[in-house]
Amino acid sequence: MRRKTGTLMEREGARTVAASLISILIGLLVGSILIVIVGLISPNLGLSSMGEGIQLVLFGIFSTGRNAAGALTWGFNPQNIGNMLFRATPLILTGLSVAVAFKTGLFNIGAPGQYLMSTAATLTLALSIPTTVVPAPLVWLIAFLGGALAGALWGCIPGIVKAFLNINEVLACIMTNWIAANLVTWIFDATQVFKNTVENTKSGYVYKTAYNGVETAKLGLDKLFPGSQVNGGILIAILIAVGVYILMNKTTLGYQLKACGANRHSARYAGINDKRNIVLSMAIAGALAGAGAALYWLAGNTEFFWNTYQTLPATGFNGIPVALLAANNPIAVIFTGVFMSMLDIVGLQLTKLTAYNEYITDVIIAVIVYLSAFSLVIKMFISRRRKRKTAAADESGKKGEDAA
Amino acid sequence: METENIIEMLHITKVFPGIVANDDITLQLRKGEIHALLGENGAGKSTLMSVLFGLYQPEEGIIKKNGQEVKIQNPNDATALGIGMVHQHFKLIDVFTVLDNIILGAETTKMGFLQKKEARRKVEELSERYGMKVDLDAKVEDITVGMQQRVEILKMLYRDNEILIFDEPTAVLTPQEIDELMATMKEFAKEGKSILFISHKLGEIMRVADRVTVLRKGKYVGTVETKDTDKQALSNMMVGRPVQLEVHKEPAKPGEVVLDVEGFTVSAKGHHKRDAVRDVSFQVRAGEIVCIAGIDGNGQTEFIHGLTGLDKAVGKVTLCGKDISHASIKGRGAHMSHIPEDRHKHGLVLDFTLEQNLVLQRFQENQFQHGGFIDQKAVRQYAERLIEQYDVRSGQGAVTVARSMSGGNQQKAIIAREVDRDKPLVVAVQPTRGLDVGAVEYIHAQLVKERDAGKAILLVSLELDEVMSLSDRILVMYEGEIVGELDPKETTVQELGLYMAGAKRMKKEGEPA
Repeated sequence: MRRKTGTLMEREGARTVAASLISILIGLLVGSILIVIVGLISPNLGLSSMGEGIQLVLFGIFSTGRNAAGALTWGFNPQNIGNMLFRATPLILTGLSVAVAFKTGLFNIGAPGQYLMSTAATLTLALSIPTTVVPAPLVWLIAFLGGALAGALWGCIPGIVKAFLNINEVLACIMTNWIAANLVTWIFDATQVFKNTVENTKSGYVYKTAYNGVETAKLGLDKLFPGSQVNGGILIAILIAVGVYILMNKTTLGYQLKACGANRHSARYAGINDKRNIVLSMAIAGALAGAGAALYWLAGNTEFFWNTYQTLPATGFNGIPVALLAANNPIAVIFTGVFMSMLDIVGLQLTKLTAYNEYITDVIIAVIVYLSAFSLVIKMFISRRRKRKTAAADESGKKGEDAA
Repeated sequence: METENIIEMLHITKVFPGIVANDDITLQLRKGEIHALLGENGAGKSTLMSVLFGLYQPEEGIIKKNGQEVKIQNPNDATALGIGMVHQHFKLIDVFTVLDNIILGAETTKMGFLQKKEARRKVEELSERYGMKVDLDAKVEDITVGMQQRVEILKMLYRDNEILIFDEPTAVLTPQEIDELMATMKEFAKEGKSILFISHKLGEIMRVADRVTVLRKGKYVGTVETKDTDKQALSNMMVGRPVQLEVHKEPAKPGEVVLDVEGFTVSAKGHHKRDAVRDVSFQVRAGEIVCIAGIDGNGQTEFIHGLTGLDKAVGKVTLCGKDISHASIKGRGAHMSHIPEDRHKHGLVLDFTLEQNLVLQRFQENQFQHGGFIDQKAVRQYAERLIEQYDVRSGQGAVTVARSMSGGNQQKAIIAREVDRDKPLVVAVQPTRGLDVGAVEYIHAQLVKERDAGKAILLVSLELDEVMSLSDRILVMYEGEIVGELDPKETTVQELGLYMAGAKRMKKEGEPA
């Protein structure tokens, strides 16, 4: 029986992976078709440019530029890979944020707002605590935790509204997103304390945290991937993902949270405090999104442009496809997060090396976002086909058992 | 003389992925007979009726009407062939009037305008002829369940159906209403209408049906004349082994008071003005089964929700000498097991595995966790013990997803969990609802065993047979009040029915006689 269980779980897992891979493949295929269409209608793009475009869409991460003859060259590109890992860091965390909420029956579309609130908290803390008094690593830690806390508190709001007033968390999240956007714009606009006056060619930017000597340790990753922005944040993100996996699958807290998500009524019946757990789920989700923002801004070399800031960060929204593609598995989120940031890098390569631009990869991401929502449907389709095929065989087997 | 068959379903086979719901089933309905279709849950009764009603297409087999093969692709075809059905859960629109509901889908119109007058005349005529009184202008939400059923029956008559299917029609009725329904069904049969009567209640089948077709696990077992058989033989056919129909139990030996409820009131949800439960007081002692009987919707659910802490309630509740009136659900659970009414809504987390469900209240006990980390091994061992001890069957043992288990085994799992928690009070709400005879037998035996072990058992049941055979004391609830306390050894089903229908009530203390 143990063996049978194993194969069943494997089959379930394999189906999930297959569904995600199908979504990704279709996304890449659509991207390639788009390259061809753009190539056909554009007079200065020939057949060879189309070929190059498609190659870059599929393998852009391994592109190393062009050689003297003007042909694309390929190989290990440490800068690309390092940047991919750097960009993946916040994506993994917002992906985890959405995944945790999904696992507990909530749709956290509020990750952008939580991300923004954390941005404000992180930058304020990292820039205003003088490193002459407090050691820089401690300031880093305070800013990181402060960012996560800000995200958690912002996540609590839709949680509380859902738990006590039974208002759909999606509505509350969307509203808190825009409140956050305006609030954060106002915070930096009104104070102007952190306005970057050092690099006077740049107006409207907040100081980088490196200005205060606060930045994430490189942990040797810069040696591995020279010329890239990568830092130890990616390792922290991976650690957090493993932690979330353990939390959700091995602890009583995870058990409670999932019970509330899967069936609030039966959790209540069993004496589990459903209201507390809903708020807690959203707080954890918010903290994860907040940690993503903190790791991004604490890199030291990232600049926050506040001047006309009114939009919601895409990193927050992209947590949704990251989580969906990973079927909400925290470990899988690491890989889907990296994949999504790879598409970003591919876009940059397209812009840099061909007459195409990075918006092609935006389309690919958009297609994958749609398909990842359908990946459940694809999964069901695969399992139904398999069931139909095996139904006859199973049935004859069952009959045999009955007779015996 | 061979009576002609109005409907023949010959060698019907319907396969769903992973299961053969109907395996070569033949059902022949004669003109003017009442034909019962008997089987446990999952025996394939509903599937067979859905095939007849055009909701499913069978893989094999044919349907004949009056000897002619017919194709029934959808319910409209069925209606055209004169087949009508009263579903177990009525298909009525609450905010429409009775008349509107009856004519819905079969309206007579003139140039696009409804001709209600004609319709009204026809319905009035029908209700007169069969003595089925309904208020045509009342809204469905305002009339009783019994009357709603009459509306469903009138719907079939209005469409001139000659083949009438009744799906578990007595589940929601009082004994008196059941008598009326039986008489009406016989009346229909006398007029030449043919009736298919789906039920698992043997007494009713013996009373009203001419023949019975028995299904078991999707297979055809046989068709017998009711005059040549008896209840025991039928239940053996249905289950496939000899079944004990009667509950065997010694007289109760009530001990100390375990549960004491005083002046318990639960306010109604929504816009209803009356309280759902009003000023209820009673006691349950160790070693007795006290049953709250009543027709569905008379405040039993609200009472239990109030008692177990799921909803707010006013009044004093003392459990094992402790005042728990304001205790949390968890606090109450310390001395109380609760087998909930709705096993899918409250009893189980369907997407969790069986073992996760078996520790739903206990995962925080030290034996199942260390420092906030669940001890998977301990949980597995515990689950495997319960599965073994209570004979819970499932596809993959402890790691089976609860959703994929059969209803009977889901209920067994809940009972295993609740009984094993070993609390002085067991609250069991409709513990056998929707279960087959074999599972019912088992659950009744478990409850009696718990009683004999000195537990206080508070049972809520809608099934009169269960009330009469299992309980040591009966409290009848009507419109949120306890209107009578009866001794099952001294009362009759008829008397119980009068209390349940509100036609009779005991005087309250202090009330003028």
